[in-house]
Amino acid sequence: MSYHNPYTPPRKSATFDDYTLAEIRRAAATGIYDIRGAGTKRKVPHFDDLLFLGASISRYPLEGYREKCDTSVVLGTRFAKKPIQLKTPITIAGMSFGALSGNAKEALGRGATIAGTSTTTGDGGMTDEERGHSQTLVYQYLPSRYGMNPKDLRRADAIEIVVGQGAKPGGGGMLLGQKISDRVAEMRTLPKGIDQRSACRHPDWTGPDDLEIKIMELREITDWEKPIYVKVGGARPYYDTALAVKSGADVVVLDGMQGGTAATQDVFIENVGMPTLACIRPAVQALQDLRMHRQVQLIVSGGIRSGADVAKALALGADAVAIGTAALVALGDNDPHWEKEYQALGTTAGAYDDWHEGRDPAGITTQDPELSKRLDPVTAGRRLANYLKVMTLEAQTIARACGKNHLHNLEPEDLCALTMEAAAMAQIPLAGTNWYPGKGNF
Amino acid sequence: MCGIVGLFLKDRSLEPQLGALLSEMLITMTDRGPDSAGIAIYGSPESGRAKVTIQSASPKADFDGLDRDLGKAGVPATVKVKSTHAVIEVDSLRLDDVRLVLSEIRPNVRVMGSGDSIEIYKETGLPKDVVSRFDVRAMSGSHGIGHTRMATESAVTTLGAHPFSTGADQCLVHNGSLSNHNNLRRVLVREGMSFETQNDSEVAAAYLTSKMADGNDLGEALKSALDDLDGFFTFVVGTKSGFGVVRDPIACKPAVMAETDQYVAFGSEYRALVNLPGIENARVWEPEPATVYFWEHDKAA
Amino acid sequence: MPVFDLSTMPLRELNSALHALTAGSNDTEFKVINPRGSHAVAVGVDAPVSVQIKGSVGYYCAGMNDGGAITVHGSAGPGVAENMMSGTVIIEGDASQYAGATGRGGLLVIKGNAASRCGISMKGIDIVVHGSIGHMSAFMGQSGHLVVLGDAGDALGDSLYEAKLFVRGTVKSLGSDCIEKEMRAEHLAKLSEILQRAGITGVRPEEFKRYGSARKLYNFNIDNAEAY
Repeated sequence: MSYHNPYTPPRKSATFDDYTLAEIRRAAATGIYDIRGAGTKRKVPHFDDLLFLGASISRYPLEGYREKCDTSVVLGTRFAKKPIQLKTPITIAGMSFGALSGNAKEALGRGATIAGTSTTTGDGGMTDEERGHSQTLVYQYLPSRYGMNPKDLRRADAIEIVVGQGAKPGGGGMLLGQKISDRVAEMRTLPKGIDQRSACRHPDWTGPDDLEIKIMELREITDWEKPIYVKVGGARPYYDTALAVKSGADVVVLDGMQGGTAATQDVFIENVGMPTLACIRPAVQALQDLRMHRQVQLIVSGGIRSGADVAKALALGADAVAIGTAALVALGDNDPHWEKEYQALGTTAGAYDDWHEGRDPAGITTQDPELSKRLDPVTAGRRLANYLKVMTLEAQTIARACGKNHLHNLEPEDLCALTMEAAAMAQIPLAGTNWYPGKGNF
Repeated sequence: MCGIVGLFLKDRSLEPQLGALLSEMLITMTDRGPDSAGIAIYGSPESGRAKVTIQSASPKADFDGLDRDLGKAGVPATVKVKSTHAVIEVDSLRLDDVRLVLSEIRPNVRVMGSGDSIEIYKETGLPKDVVSRFDVRAMSGSHGIGHTRMATESAVTTLGAHPFSTGADQCLVHNGSLSNHNNLRRVLVREGMSFETQNDSEVAAAYLTSKMADGNDLGEALKSALDDLDGFFTFVVGTKSGFGVVRDPIACKPAVMAETDQYVAFGSEYRALVNLPGIENARVWEPEPATVYFWEHDKAA
Repeated sequence: MPVFDLSTMPLRELNSALHALTAGSNDTEFKVINPRGSHAVAVGVDAPVSVQIKGSVGYYCAGMNDGGAITVHGSAGPGVAENMMSGTVIIEGDASQYAGATGRGGLLVIKGNAASRCGISMKGIDIVVHGSIGHMSAFMGQSGHLVVLGDAGDALGDSLYEAKLFVRGTVKSLGSDCIEKEMRAEHLAKLSEILQRAGITGVRPEEFKRYGSARKLYNFNIDNAEAY
């Protein structure tokens, strides 16, 4: 037998994988960093790594669909004369008119209203459609102050001071010129068709001592009626929560890194912030240390997809959650129905994230009148309502199985962790043990 | 995150009122910092005598018989107790000995600051309570600095309260948040400085002390702080005869100053200044960013 | 004329009285005494009322004013007339940082100096400063006019959109994407109209220089990256 040299197959680098190589080439060719929408796409420890223990002999479960398991929540009980009452603890996160079409905003309002929850404006102000179709509407107060005016402040049901968001804690925004249509330009006092740069800090305050005075001003303007939320991106959740409370917030909104955005640098989305799972316990600890847990409500967002996620967030100490990306999917975002058109854009249903470009085949993240027409706000709203109700039922099912007559009675002790990472981040014992890494520290 | 006040008297006839004026200024800033409060007062130095302000969590056990025990250890001293704090007066040549002896005979006592004229009082709690607990209103002096604290990333403790004193007759208060203090702390530790807290402001104080130990005056030390400290800050600092103010180049944290023939005053907000005598006719301004302001008693008047 | 003494009355009483005004109300003149640096004095006014504040105020005085004529007989703290919609705010003394921030309309007159970030993110307001203004003024200014009779500090008009800036004195430095522009007839006319509205006489529009956006940052170009 003759000797053959053994064949060594070509080996690709794990560090320089195909995606990385393509990104280097893209940057070299275009001279611009990748801007995109949505949240992080990398895998991070998440609620999937936690499981509920359920009841058996030591605990007694409740009968599904018969024995009551309350899902209601009241937000803003600390100082506001008119707190918000919701039927479900699943709220709709802030998304702007501008990032979304008018029909999409209307659909969010319709869906949330049917499900008995709130929706939220975004960077760009409040539209009449949105106010008209939302029973409970939270008005965002952002660094850019686009579309900000006292009339809308007064016709909102709550005010959310946005300090940051999970996709980009510490960053501003960039909405490319394509989406600055006549109406968006008018609402934002910008020339049509230019890139809109959003500031990363508020123009007239910095830090918690100033924030306290800002909150006082907003309360005075709205005669102390509206709950005031403070929204932060998940980065230093213990301190940020504590400082929001000390500054006088009624509600703290904490957005982990899986939280979406309309448009930011990919490098920011993928490399800044903490996973939602890791944010909750420190924030709750801060509330407990200040004796404010449940007095100041905590809304957690970033990667909430199902009733199980909702139940886990609540068990870790949140009072409510907010959904953004999941709500858009319920409306029809990234639906395989439009696969041909997604392919024409060089992507595929499920991966489309160029929300800032305004060419969304589903008619959601666009200002193009023809594309917008594809989304019927009534049917899309109905889909969102269905989804919200399913998630609520799912969370209820789990809570009942753990013997709870209210979702808020879920506890960390109802959970176990599947991985060391999740155990450490959520401070939940590894399944089958009574131990988690780093006990007593975060 | 905090409220700062400072008062530097040019007119000596106001000196008996320093504590009272500063107390009112401090209490006005309660909203900006309800966690803890502190005050540094520079009284008239007595030639050849030095003061050490100490603090104890169990003042009775630590302060009872302290003068006697110091005497026994060979350091004759007088001890004046005020609540959780006490001021030890000794021959200025024995200042280092006092610290050494204290660490042996009273290991749980913390030194808040020392020097020819400085006394420092700080505790957790509301400014009004801190002021009355130490009877600050009755104190006289040539200049003083006060601080109300809303803790950001370090503990709400007595030691975490401002002012921070890291050198003889030096003290610093800070409003803002530094972003390179961890690195800077490591550098200063390598240079032999020690730290009592995880507080970013203590790093700033220690930085200035280290610069002044190198032979710079307060004004020069503050100038180099502008290059070396990152983040947001308004500092008010005191030395035996000087009073300085500096804001970072971004200058987001508030600062208001007032000057008359009688005094120079600093407040995080104008509210802090409204009770000062003659404020209606004072020159009131906001310190410029990245600009060092600096007064000395020898040069004032 | 209702008089509110803030040394004895809570701020809430003043602001709720101002908010309770309805069209045709008889009380159209309010007087505020002893403000002593209080924050949020006369905020959220939405009626054509006159408010005379005797003394110096703290943060956000006249915030979001919509139609009121508010005068501070003293100096104002940070964020005076922030997000003003319409009406007039006059400061007899100096103003702290962020004066007129994000203002959408109306006229803000500062008779003394204004500190840093005057007119930051302005969106249609007209601001007239008799004295000088501090650094980073009109940062990201979108629309409206900033008129300065004295000097401007560092980085004037950084990242400017379409706000128009007129400075009579010196400008310490211009911010990114802000340039001096030609003063054309329509600018002189507009400036003269604003000066007149602000009650300023003896100052000619020709004494000012105009600054505006170079519009280089309007659409991203990697070769302008240093400017971001």
